[in-house]
Amino acid sequence: MTKIFVDGRPFDVPENQSMLQACLTLGFDLPYFCWHPALGSVGACRQCAVKQYRDEKDSRGRIVMSCMTPVAEGVRISIRDAESVSFRAAVIEGLMQSHPHDCPVCDEGGECHLQDMTVMTGHAYRRYRFSKRTFRNQNLGPLVNHEMNRCIQCYRCVRYYREYAGGHDLKEFVLRNLVYFGRQNDGVLENEFAGNLVEICPTGVFTDKTLKQHYTRKWDLQLAPSVCVHCGIGCNTSPGERYGTLRRIVNRYNGEVNGYFLCDRGRFGYEFVNSPERLRQPRLQKGGQGETADGPVALVHARKLLDGGKVIGIGSPRASLEANFALRTLVGQERFFAGVEDEEHRLTARMLEILRSGLARSPSLGEIEKADAVLVLGEDVTQTAPRMALSLRQSVRQQPFELVDKLQIPRWLDHAAREAVQDAKGPFFVAAPHPTKLDDVAAATYRASPDDLARLGFAVAHAIDSSAPDVPQLTDGVRALAGRIAEALKNAKRPLVVSGPSLKCEALIQAAANVAWALCRAGKPAALSFTAPECNTLGLGLMAARPLGEAQQALKSGEADTIVILENDLYRRAPREQVDALLASARHLIVLDYLETSTTHKAEVVFPSAPFAECEGTFISNEGRAQRAFQVYVPEGGIRAAWQWLRDLLIASGANGAAAWQGVDDVLKTLAGSLPAFSAVPQAAPSAAFRMAGEKVAREPHRYSGRTAMHANINVSEPKPPDDPESPLSFSMEGVSEQPPPALIPFFWSPGWNSIQSVNKFQQEIAGPLRGGDPGVRVIEPAKPTEPDGPAGPDGNARADFLGAPPAVFEPQPDRVLLVPIYHVFGSDETSQRAPAIRELTPKPYVALDSEAARRFGLNDGDLAEVAVNGAVERLPVKVRDGMAAGVAGLPVGLPGIENCRLPAWARITRP
Amino acid sequence: MEKVLTKNVRPDLSYVDLKAYEASGGYQGLRKALTMAPAEIIDEVKKSNLRGRGGGGFPTGVKWSLVPMGGDALQPKYLAANADEMEPGTFKDRLLMEGDPHQLVEGMAVAAYAIEASVAYVFLRGEYQLSEERLRRAIAEAYEQHYLGKNVLGSNFSVEMFVHMSGGRYMCGEETGLLNALEGKRANPRTKPPYPAVSGLFGKPTIVQNVETLCNVPYIVTNGADWFRSLSLTQDGGTKIYGASGKVKRPGLWELPMGTTIREILEEHAGGMRDGVKFRGLLPGGASTDFLVEEHLDVKMDFTEVQKVGSRLGTGTMIVLDDQTCPVGMVLNLEHFFAQESCGWCTPCWSGLSWAEKALDAIENGQGQSADLDHLSFICKICAPGNTFCALAPGAVEPLQSALKYFRDDFDRHIGEKRCPWKA
Ligand SMILES: Cc1cc2nc3c(=O)[nH]c(=O)nc-3n(C[C@H](O)[C@H](O)[C@H](O)COP(=O)(O)O)c2cc1C
Ligand code: SF4
Ligand code: SF4
Ligand code: SF4
Ligand code: FES
Repeated sequence: MTKIFVDGRPFDVPENQSMLQACLTLGFDLPYFCWHPALGSVGACRQCAVKQYRDEKDSRGRIVMSCMTPVAEGVRISIRDAESVSFRAAVIEGLMQSHPHDCPVCDEGGECHLQDMTVMTGHAYRRYRFSKRTFRNQNLGPLVNHEMNRCIQCYRCVRYYREYAGGHDLKEFVLRNLVYFGRQNDGVLENEFAGNLVEICPTGVFTDKTLKQHYTRKWDLQLAPSVCVHCGIGCNTSPGERYGTLRRIVNRYNGEVNGYFLCDRGRFGYEFVNSPERLRQPRLQKGGQGETADGPVALVHARKLLDGGKVIGIGSPRASLEANFALRTLVGQERFFAGVEDEEHRLTARMLEILRSGLARSPSLGEIEKADAVLVLGEDVTQTAPRMALSLRQSVRQQPFELVDKLQIPRWLDHAAREAVQDAKGPFFVAAPHPTKLDDVAAATYRASPDDLARLGFAVAHAIDSSAPDVPQLTDGVRALAGRIAEALKNAKRPLVVSGPSLKCEALIQAAANVAWALCRAGKPAALSFTAPECNTLGLGLMAARPLGEAQQALKSGEADTIVILENDLYRRAPREQVDALLASARHLIVLDYLETSTTHKAEVVFPSAPFAECEGTFISNEGRAQRAFQVYVPEGGIRAAWQWLRDLLIASGANGAAAWQGVDDVLKTLAGSLPAFSAVPQAAPSAAFRMAGEKVAREPHRYSGRTAMHANINVSEPKPPDDPESPLSFSMEGVSEQPPPALIPFFWSPGWNSIQSVNKFQQEIAGPLRGGDPGVRVIEPAKPTEPDGPAGPDGNARADFLGAPPAVFEPQPDRVLLVPIYHVFGSDETSQRAPAIRELTPKPYVALDSEAARRFGLNDGDLAEVAVNGAVERLPVKVRDGMAAGVAGLPVGLPGIENCRLPAWARITRP
Repeated sequence: MEKVLTKNVRPDLSYVDLKAYEASGGYQGLRKALTMAPAEIIDEVKKSNLRGRGGGGFPTGVKWSLVPMGGDALQPKYLAANADEMEPGTFKDRLLMEGDPHQLVEGMAVAAYAIEASVAYVFLRGEYQLSEERLRRAIAEAYEQHYLGKNVLGSNFSVEMFVHMSGGRYMCGEETGLLNALEGKRANPRTKPPYPAVSGLFGKPTIVQNVETLCNVPYIVTNGADWFRSLSLTQDGGTKIYGASGKVKRPGLWELPMGTTIREILEEHAGGMRDGVKFRGLLPGGASTDFLVEEHLDVKMDFTEVQKVGSRLGTGTMIVLDDQTCPVGMVLNLEHFFAQESCGWCTPCWSGLSWAEKALDAIENGQGQSADLDHLSFICKICAPGNTFCALAPGAVEPLQSALKYFRDDFDRHIGEKRCPWKA
């Protein structure tokens, strides 16, 4: 701690930060533009000017930029000093010189940092009487809107996009007051994190184009704390609704998880909730015809089907813990099946076992960002766990920061720190079957088949710890690379290994664990992060469900004749004939889901369940963090949370205990009581009984407008807002005036700070944890070794013995290729692909060959190829993608129009 | 007076080749330098009171002493000769490069040796094509005679030298903008500290020095600091290439003792004002210095003395204003230049200068309002040193703020008469 003086008052603040950051932490309203807590200081806008004094005798002082002034013992500044006050007003006046003053028609209006800062500095009257500079706007694709005339030249967008997110196609052009922030030509922004520009830009240049389709002001949105459901990372979000449709998603800061940023799948995937393909009423199948029914009718009907008692349930990695647990309770533990491909199921169990019984801890994204040596083994992280890729991209700065420290350049002095190290990057290694977007920060890449990737991993583990299994028949090149990786990881302070199930290769996961464990045994606090394909993959995994493959068996053997499927399209989980066979052998099929799918089409009873935003639920992220997503609004029609349907089915079937399940809290309590792995889950958020000064937390901002008028076309008397006995939030404007606890913050807003940057006011320290701690509770931790500093033995203690054995060398085949899955941030996820904006960016199905293989099969880019795999034949256009591992080809998975075909698998590719 | 820097410059400005340069004592400075320890050279340069000729006047030896030396220092270290010379009214470096290119090459070699730099760049204004040709020729000749390259003159010292043609922006001449430009990036200035001496080109210790500054270095090494100081009439050491442009009888450049008075330069060397025009004022050292007027003519042109009367020596090349030229028009012309060359990084500069340009344009064209003058003064205040990210904007407002002081009546007349009195 260091003593500083602000307007004569002493404060103790931590060092290693700028005076601006310190002042904001202290709660002062000091305006800024070019500074951003995640981007550091560059001194461009000059908005944060203050007076600095040499000592207490100095009364003249000089103007300095607080963002460029380091905290140091005895630094004295004044924010209120008249000269700096008028300088700051002049800066705003300059910034506003060419601003179009189009707030009333600007999407940023009401949550604009420029508006806030303008009001804060007191600039009110326009003196500039000359013509304004104007620009042409660009079409940047379906996600981000561009209105350059509003630009104030703060450079945040390009700094974020290029320097932070690694994008290439956004740049500043021209000079003076004519700097243009755009692409060389119109076109879709290429970076997967472009949507963050919407929040990075302090004004209305970059705005959410999907919001524009159904625009609503921030103050008119009803919002709730939520969690992204489009991959396993579990980014915290704040979705907003008006008139029964979801309007947009913004980031909800969580210092340990997503920090200030989301990926574009997470930000723009929400529109599936508004889809015309939503199921809104229960549906009964009668004589080949679907017929809508009321809830009670459907429940009675379904109960009759269940009465036979030979029921199995198929859970879902995209359904909440509550829903999965309710289904498991309905059908019984022995009859609860995991709704995922068997191999994925097995790998999830393997990963959980490794994380819960091994030595290495699964890191948060915040910790991943601070890793100083990284091995990515077999994951295309940008496509499978997008937000993690953004954190990994920052991790390569950790080692170069040591030089920055040596030169006594503050790390937050962003451009100075970057210029000092130029392109230097810490050790970062990517091993994958094909090029990935993180290759550009990698010290070395290795492209190979899944088995060979695993062999590299085993070789690295062996190079770190010779008691790990050795790898026979290793080429000199791979052995040298393994040695190099091992060396880098061993020499690091916070090494990290990233892997996951996406190549469906157990050896890869074992190899990753072995590397991390070898490091742990050598005394390094190595972290081990596995991606998880879906938002509740780990939650479902912890419920010990039976593999899906056994469901067929159960039906065949007569063990069961009725299936209840929870929020799951089985056609995405297994090949078509298998699912057809499974469903055909069931006498009755009941499906709960929110979107029409191939599976709902076959159901005898369909219950319309509520997607995230329309109900409350808890999810466990790949880190092992249980997080609560709250309901944003009450949906119209017969929609209810899946767990509520299932509870009612339970009650209808005579399980009276279920009547006690009034809310998510009650379900979680039973869950925590019956499965120890979930004992901490109820702590993920305060319970429904939580009140502050007797009040709930309001979902509607204090300026929510039109409440008395919004239903006036139907009835002039204002309807009572819906009750919400199930959560500590209310569907109204009335609520606590203080800041709610972090897990309950529906939106960031603070007096004078209307934009998302008001998060400053909710943090313990700027860019640090939220006041009261970042939301979520970790439910997966490694076992503790018995000896405080020794490797531990078996029996519930951390296991130290290495896993598995290296697979055999991969032999490329002249007439066939090994088809591996390729993932797409836009398209591979089931729900977001049904959002129109994401759909627009989703690639058409293809088969990826590298040019050598294409030549061998006599195919060119764009040609139709016949792909014979696992007994099926598909015709797909060829995409020549160079850099694929020898003998390997790729098939995008999960895209609309591509059938599930169990990859990796050998395939024959021919010209039709 | 003894000519030092221009002694080899031929009246016809033809190329002075290596032989001719050697014949007049060329490369003796380098030979001697190689027998000295780098620290000794830095010390001598410090004692010589050589101050930067690029406009800032920073003591050269002091700057060099900030460079980390020895085995621990980051490698390679760099030297860059700032030959961008985009300052309006300034053309002295061009004379030195065209007239005696080997002198710069030698100066750079000695400077590189003194800071243990192994790579040296000449960052050359894009339009200076004759300079480029001659420098490339001189550098090739110097390589041939082992004045450059591996093991210079058989010593342990090696230095590679390159000419880099500027893409052509005023900001490329600002020392950190220059570094970005050399790295192939936008010529925005960089955060200081860290100073380039510690973290400069490609993140390595770097010294950026004006051409004229570097040209002095071999002579300081050869003849010593005392000799160098004795060349000057004041505290600041050496001679200075002064210049004059505007409606004087003989515009040009003259190498004179540092501290020669404005009057002597103007009246003796430039031959006084042209017939029929009267002196009104001058910018003493390029466009980004404050106007001086009649009462200042006896001021000695050095860094200290010019500063005392509210301006700066700058590049030492004066632009003279006469009574037939509209001061508002002149300032408009300058502010147009500066507004256009603002890199667009910091708000006071990019917004202030373009506003100033528009206001001046309105005044000059009879559309001015008296509030415009207050606002122009306000812009000058907002662009004061420290308020902006680099020195461009503070320099840019110097002619404006001083014009408002000395030629206020002319501004008022434009506004009152709603026209430019100088226009028919
Ligand atoms: C906008 C701007 C343009 C400049 N242009 C030049 C230039 O063309 N040549 C030059 O030597 N110095 C120029 N300078 C000064 C340099 O920043 C730097 O101070 C100088 O090169 C240092 O060398 P010196 O100490 O030998 O003068 C410029 C400064 C500014 C702010
Ligand atoms: S577009 Fe936005 S973020 Fe980019 S410079 Fe302009 S105001 Fe700043
Ligand atoms: S898709 Fe995954 S990475 Fe993207 S915002 Fe959602 S949780 Fe985060
Ligand atoms: S003063 Fe600011 S805008 Fe002007 S050139 Fe310097 S950094 Fe660029
Ligand atoms: S916030 Fe400090 S200069 Fe922009």
